[in-house]
Amino acid sequence: MDLTGLLAFNVLTGIATLALITIGLGVIYGMMRIINLAHGEFMMLGAYTAVTASTAGVNIWVSMLILPPLVVGLVGLVLERTIIRFLYGRMMDTMLATWGISLGLIGLITSIFGNVVKSVQMPVGSFAIGQYHVSAYSLVIIGVGVVVLSSLLLLLRKTRFGLILRATMQNPAMSASLGVRPAAVYMATFALGAALAGLAGGVLAPISGVSPGMGGAYIAKAFITVLGGGPAIIAGTGLAAGLFGFINEIVSFLSTPVIGDIALLASAIVLIRVLPQGITGRFLRRSS
Amino acid sequence: MKLLRSSGGAQTVVILSIIVMFAVPKVLSEFGVMQATLFAAVAIFGLSQGFVWGYAGIMSFGQAAFLGIGAYTYAIAAINLGNTQMAALLAIAVPMLFAALLGYFMFYGRISDAYVGVITLTVSVILFELMNSTSGSQYHIGDAVLGGFNGIPAIPPFAPPGKPDEPLDQIGVWYVAMSTLIVAYGFLKWTLASRFGRVVVAIRENETRAMLIGYDPRLYKLLSFVIGAGIAGAAGAVFATWGGFISPTVFALTMSAQVIISVLIGGLGTLIGPILGAVAIQYLINVAGTQHTIDPSLGLGIVLVAFVLLVPQGVVPVVRSWIARLSSTSRTPRAKTAKTPNASEQESRS
Amino acid sequence: MNSTPPLLQARNVTMRFGGVTAVRSVDFSLGEVELRCLIGPNGAGKSTFFKMLTGQLRPSEGSIHFRNTDITGSNPHQIARLGVGIKTQVPNVFNGLTVRENVFIGAGRRKSLARAQRIVDETLTRLQLDTIAERIVGQLAHGQRQWVEIATVLAQEPELILLDEPAAGMNHEEVLRTAELIREINKTQALVVVEHDMQFIRMIARTVTVFSQGEVLVEGSVETVLSDQRVKDVYLGRRAA
Repeated sequence: MDLTGLLAFNVLTGIATLALITIGLGVIYGMMRIINLAHGEFMMLGAYTAVTASTAGVNIWVSMLILPPLVVGLVGLVLERTIIRFLYGRMMDTMLATWGISLGLIGLITSIFGNVVKSVQMPVGSFAIGQYHVSAYSLVIIGVGVVVLSSLLLLLRKTRFGLILRATMQNPAMSASLGVRPAAVYMATFALGAALAGLAGGVLAPISGVSPGMGGAYIAKAFITVLGGGPAIIAGTGLAAGLFGFINEIVSFLSTPVIGDIALLASAIVLIRVLPQGITGRFLRRSS
Repeated sequence: MKLLRSSGGAQTVVILSIIVMFAVPKVLSEFGVMQATLFAAVAIFGLSQGFVWGYAGIMSFGQAAFLGIGAYTYAIAAINLGNTQMAALLAIAVPMLFAALLGYFMFYGRISDAYVGVITLTVSVILFELMNSTSGSQYHIGDAVLGGFNGIPAIPPFAPPGKPDEPLDQIGVWYVAMSTLIVAYGFLKWTLASRFGRVVVAIRENETRAMLIGYDPRLYKLLSFVIGAGIAGAAGAVFATWGGFISPTVFALTMSAQVIISVLIGGLGTLIGPILGAVAIQYLINVAGTQHTIDPSLGLGIVLVAFVLLVPQGVVPVVRSWIARLSSTSRTPRAKTAKTPNASEQESRS
Repeated sequence: MNSTPPLLQARNVTMRFGGVTAVRSVDFSLGEVELRCLIGPNGAGKSTFFKMLTGQLRPSEGSIHFRNTDITGSNPHQIARLGVGIKTQVPNVFNGLTVRENVFIGAGRRKSLARAQRIVDETLTRLQLDTIAERIVGQLAHGQRQWVEIATVLAQEPELILLDEPAAGMNHEEVLRTAELIREINKTQALVVVEHDMQFIRMIARTVTVFSQGEVLVEGSVETVLSDQRVKDVYLGRRAA
C-alpha cells in the first residue's frame, strides 16, 4: 500500500518534470515550427541563474522561480532578434543555427564558470509516505508544473495576448492587416519559450548537478515528447508527458533509471511511428 | 546539378588522394601520420553523412550511432575472434543491419523528414546512455568487457590478410585508412552515376514525381540509409584501430554535430565537400583544444552560426560557382540547395 | 457482349474528408485508347477523383480497376508501374536536374540503357525540347516545365495518361501545341484530361464527363454536354462555353 503510494507519487513527479522540461520547446515548435536545439542550454542558463543568484544571497525561491525565466527570456529575445529571425521558413538552417547557439552557450558558460558541477541547496526537507521518506521538493515540482501548464492555457485561451499569439501563428498576413506586427509576436513567442525553459532549469537545479553540459540530457527527451504530443501545445505536452513520464518511472522503478530513460525514448519513437501527428494530432484536435 | 559532368573531377580526386597517401609518410613525422589517419577517419565519416543527407535527402541527425556501432563491433569482434579482417567486415555489416531495421521502421512508416532527424538523434542518445551504463565486469560480450563510460581499451590493431600476427604499425594503419577513404569515395561516385544513384537523387529532388514514375521512394531511401551506415561503420573501424580504444563518446551528440557541421561547411550535395569539411573541422577542433584563448565549443558554435547565416550552401559549391563564373562557359548554378525544404518536399510530407 | 474489361473502371467511388463528402458514388468507365475530359466548377470533386485514380488518395468507398487489376487504394508507384502516366496539377518535375535527365528518369525504369537513351531522344524531339535539353528545369518558364513533365510521363511509354490541367498557365500558342500533342498521343494511348479551359476542351474533347458537387452530372459528347442547360447553370457566372 505504501509502495503504491510511493510509486504514484514518483510517477506524478516524473510527469511534472517531463512536462516542465518540454513546455518551452513545445511553445516554440508548436507556434513557430522552429526546432530549437539550444533548448537544453536555455535550461542550463536557468540553472546557472539560480546557482549564481542563490550564492549571491538572493532568496532561494526568487533565485529558482523568478530570476531564471526573466534572464533566459531576455537571452531568448536577443537571440531571436540577432540570429533566428533571419532563418524563418528554413527549418534545416534553424536547426543548425540553434545547434551552433547551443555549442556557443556551453562554451560561454564553461569560459565563465569552468567545467565543474555546481549545486543549489535543497530548500525543503522530506516527508513520509507510510514507511518511505520522500523529498518534499517533489511537491514543489508537481506544483510548479501544474501552475505553469494551467497559466499558459489561461494565457493562450483567455487573454488578448494569447489570442494575438495564436492568430498570428495561424495567419500572419491577416494579423498584420489587423494592426499586429508579426515580428513582435515571433519575438515574444520565442522569448516565452526560452523563459519557460529557463524556469524548468531553475526549478530542477536542486535535484540535478549544474554543469555546462547538463542540457544535453534533456534535449532528446523534450523533443520526443513534443513530437509525441502533437500540434496542441499544452494538451499535447500534458498527455505525452503523462504517458512517457509514467513509462519512465515504472520502468526505472523495475530496473534502473538509465533503462527507464531508454524506455521513455524507445516508446516515444514507437508512438511517433504509430501516430505520426502525435497524440493530439489524432485526438483532441481542436484544443491548444 | 548535372551528375555526369563530375566524373572527370572524380578521377582527379582519386589520383590526388593516392599521391597524398604515399606522400604523407615520407613528409610527416610519425605523430603527423597519426594525425593524418584521424583526418582520414573523420573524412570517411563525413562521406557517410554527405551521401545520406546531401544526395539522398535523409536528415540523419544521429549518424554517430552507426559510427559507434561500427567501432564497438570492430572492438568486440577483434577481441573475441582474433581475426581483425573479419572484425572489419563485421564493423561494416552490423551497422548496415541496424540501419536496415531502423530504416524500415522509419521510411515505411511515412514519417516526415524532420521526424527522421529527431528519431535518429534519439537513437544515438539511447545508444550513448546504454553503453555508458555498462560499467562493471558483468557487462561483456564474449571476452570483450564493455566498460561503461570507460570504454574498451587495448583493441587489437588491424592486421593485413595473410599475416594475422603482424599487426600494422602507424604507417600501415595510415595506408589502410586512406585506402578505405579512396575506396569509399570511389564506391559512392560509382553508385551516384548508376541508375540507382540517379533515382536516389531524383527522389530527393521531387519524391512525388519519382513515385509517379513508378519508383518506390521508401525502398531507395532505405537502401541509401543502409549504404551510409556501412560507410560510417567503416569509419568506426578505422577510428577504433587508430586509437586502440573506444568509449561511449563516439555516440555522443557532439559527434553527430561535428559531422553535420563538416558537411554543411564543406558543401551539401558534393562528395569532396564533406571530406574537406571534415578535415577542416577536425583540424579546428584540434587547434581549439590546444589553445586557451577561446573555449572550443564557443568557437565551434560561432563558426556554425556564421556559416548558416553567411554561407548556407557551404564552401565547395561557392568556390565551384566562382570558378564557373571565371571560366568562359556559362554554367547555370544550381537552382536550389538540397537542405532548405522546397515546396515539393513539403507536399510529400503532408 | 464486350468481354474485354474497360481500361479504367471506377465503381461507386466515394471520398470523405472528416464531415465533408468531396466525391459521392461516382461510376466511371474508360475504354482502350479513349480520350475523356473531366470538367466542372471549382470544388466539384474532379481533382479529388483524379487523385483517387493516381493513388494519391484512398477512396472511402468503392473500387477502381485498371483492366483486371484492383487498384483501389494502391500506392502511386504501384499504379504507375501498371502503365499509367500521371501529370499533376502543380508541376512536379526535378527542378535541379536538366530536361534530359528528367526525361531519362521517366524512360529508364526497367529498360536497358540503350533503349532508355533512344526513348529520351525520341521524346525530346517529339515535344520539341531538344534545344533546351541541357537546361536546368527549375529555370524554365512555366509552359516549358509543363511540357518537360509531359515528356517525362510519355517517356514511361504508358498505356493510360492522366493529365491534370495540362494547359494551365500557357499562352495561346502553347495551348494549341499541347492540344495537338494530346490528339497525337490519343492515336495510340488513352487519356483522361482534367481541365478548366473550355477552348482547350473544345480542341481536344470527344467524350466529356461533367462533375458537380461531388457527383457526375452528365456525360456525353462535347456538343451535347456543352449545350446542356444543367451544365450551363452549374457554370453560371464563369467565363465558359
